[in-house]
Amino acid sequence: MQIYADNAATTRLSDTALNAMLPYLQGEYGNPSSLHSVGQRAQEALTDARTRIAARLGCEPMEVIFTAGGSEADNQAIRSVAAWGKKKGKTHIISTAFEHHAVLHTLEALEKEGFSVTLLDVHEDGMVSASQVEEAITPETCLVTVMYANNEIGTVQPIAEIGEVCRRHGVFFHTDAVQAVGHLPVNVKEQNIDLLSLSGHKFHGPKGIGVLYARRGVPIFPLIHGGAQERGRRGGTENIPAIVGMAAALDEACDHLEEDTQKLTALRDRLIAGLSRIPHSVLNGNREHRVPGTVNFCFEGIEGESLLLLLDDKGVCASSGSACTSGSLDPSHVLLAIGRPHEIAHGSLRLSLSPDTTEEEVDYMIEAVTDVVAYLRSISPVWRNLEAGIQEFIIK
Amino acid sequence: MALYSEKVMDHFRNPRNVGTMENPSGVGEVGNAKCGDIMRIYLKIDNDIIQDVKFETFGCGSAIASSSMATELIKGKPVSQALELTNQAVVEALDGLPAQKIHCSVLAEEAIKLALKDYYDKNGLDYDHSQFPDCENCAHCHAH
Repeated sequence: MQIYADNAATTRLSDTALNAMLPYLQGEYGNPSSLHSVGQRAQEALTDARTRIAARLGCEPMEVIFTAGGSEADNQAIRSVAAWGKKKGKTHIISTAFEHHAVLHTLEALEKEGFSVTLLDVHEDGMVSASQVEEAITPETCLVTVMYANNEIGTVQPIAEIGEVCRRHGVFFHTDAVQAVGHLPVNVKEQNIDLLSLSGHKFHGPKGIGVLYARRGVPIFPLIHGGAQERGRRGGTENIPAIVGMAAALDEACDHLEEDTQKLTALRDRLIAGLSRIPHSVLNGNREHRVPGTVNFCFEGIEGESLLLLLDDKGVCASSGSACTSGSLDPSHVLLAIGRPHEIAHGSLRLSLSPDTTEEEVDYMIEAVTDVVAYLRSISPVWRNLEAGIQEFIIK
Repeated sequence: MALYSEKVMDHFRNPRNVGTMENPSGVGEVGNAKCGDIMRIYLKIDNDIIQDVKFETFGCGSAIASSSMATELIKGKPVSQALELTNQAVVEALDGLPAQKIHCSVLAEEAIKLALKDYYDKNGLDYDHSQFPDCENCAHCHAH
């Protein structure tokens, strides 16, 4: 048995997306820039995909820029506004402490180039507020970038309100919506979003493809210089199969959004209830404002990598924010940002579901996690100290 | 290639000598929960021989496997041999560890050394202090 519960990392390519892609991996291999009929058929596919994606986002087709993924879109959004800001003497950027590294590391690079960056504190329930953003805005602020939904703990931010604050202060607003698009209703116009990043493989589309939405009038500069593709905003021959697959996957996800949300929310809540029964465990992130499929817990007295390996032995594919899985000494910056101490953050587990997940699988996962946590605690000197009262429990 | 060798996975899945001990001759503990790994080693020493050894570990797969392998390598050995156990010997016996996991083998070596030191201290035995690690900070191990 294998249960894939790491859908926040990546998702299975849907059959709909695959079937949409196949012709463009086979006979329809044209370059959309070519004037001949083979190229023009590729151009039509490109235009069609762009139009459909724009409709799903609530924007104009020309506001959709295809990129090689969410990270590139984040880089381009931030770098573009920063370049504009520098010319205008606006070199202050506001973001949050729990953004994806595609945002945080771009901001770190800009700091070295002379920008000042304010990273807003994240509340312990994994939320930031529009008033926090408003208080941080200065006359020098050019950009606010706040993620739509957090990739590790799944909390959903008040994007429309933050967008409204930015609009009122004349500051550009970008949101990394990689974990949101295809999972939550998104409308860039209604939500006052100037720039938005999305990634195809997070909603059952292919990898290596994403979108930067940039509202008309927002200054955009290319990261990849080359041909006139994407109106000069992104050089390089378009990845037609991936673009077509992403458009098909997004249509499918949005068409089923309501039923999938209903199904996933029930499964997620069942999973949360089951894992909450493990003693000295805690759910990370706000209980209500979260994406339908993501659950993140900390278990005191154990370490996340060994938890993942033993879960994998039981057929459960999950992820963790422990240092051992991050390749650094520090555990997840997201868990630290919401105030979890290091020793607790090391014992984290993320399970992210998909519409493929069944109730039986959820029950199996609850049992598997319960068993593995109990076993790891039985060999943990930390747990022994906690039980003996030598150390105090952090998670009550 | 998988992250860990089959040997590591075997010792991780089926750790040898895991548990605790009544009235140990010496106990050694290294690491801290902040860094994500703690090892505790219990020794039963009789006639200068390590008659029994147990460990408890909070940590990743390679930390558990390193503890298990290290205890296997010293069980039944004279104290003088146990003192000579190096982290490289643990790594070799495990058929290698990923570069970022070498510190786990260092923790295992040092936990054993500290348990031996505890045994010496408890019994008023003289020893060369320079043979034993300084466990004041994590960077000491994680620098390896």
